[in-house]
Amino acid sequence: MMLIPCPWCGPRDESEFHYGGQAGVAYPDDPGALTDAEWARYLFFRDNPKGPFRERWSHTAGCRRWFSLVRDTVTNEIVA
Amino acid sequence: MADRNFRHSPLEGFSSGGAVAMSEVPFLAQINLRLDPAGPAAAAVGKDLGVALPRRGGTSATSGDVSVLWLGPDEWLVVGPPGAETRLTALLESAAGAAHASVVDVSAQRTAVALRGPRVRELLALGCSLDLHPRVFGVGDCAQTMLAHAPVVVWRRESEFWILVRASFAGHLAAWLEDAGIEFTVRD
Ligand SMILES: [Zn+2]
Repeated sequence: MMLIPCPWCGPRDESEFHYGGQAGVAYPDDPGALTDAEWARYLFFRDNPKGPFRERWSHTAGCRRWFSLVRDTVTNEIVA
Repeated sequence: MADRNFRHSPLEGFSSGGAVAMSEVPFLAQINLRLDPAGPAAAAVGKDLGVALPRRGGTSATSGDVSVLWLGPDEWLVVGPPGAETRLTALLESAAGAAHASVVDVSAQRTAVALRGPRVRELLALGCSLDLHPRVFGVGDCAQTMLAHAPVVVWRRESEFWILVRASFAGHLAAWLEDAGIEFTVRD
């Protein structure tokens, strides 16, 4: 069980959270101008690093706020 | 004669003794409030309620028979005695005025279970991973978390813990509390 630090509620069990995937994936400025391949890349393609990964979490069983953190995907350590 | 008492609480008749005494606190007035904590509406609401909206996570504030529980950085649960929902809704709506705010009567969403006795924290520890020791979780503190897999608001009051639980989870939680409490009853 990971202990995830909610910026509002403090450290809580992982089971109180929902995972939101990679953080900082920007919505395209002009989606209509994208090719299907580019749109698919925006929708479905994500980084998969071995090491620090900036990602979104939602404290669903607590304050229900979304926030970002950096987790090391090897050790599950929250590094930022 | 027809039953004219149409109002039934989710845990009607629930109470349990032993080292942890449990009973339902039914029909509390509960208003969900959302607004900008730094805006003028927050100040106006605080003034009209007689107590400032708590800004620190996991705390509550009380004025007379009305308490305000922090649910999130821009969200609170205003709790009052049964029947106060109309008065509180009107008070909050009038104080919020034209501000971007949300005032919703959610009294029917949750009921409350009061837990008393020397072993309450031991009992809660069987199904809740939060540290509820007084040095961490003092009088007035509150938390939205999981208890026995049910989403709840745990609220530490003067001499008891109140568990606010959604109506549809209340039966499960009451059954779990009674079952989990058996070991304390037997041991004492
Ligand atoms: Zn939180």
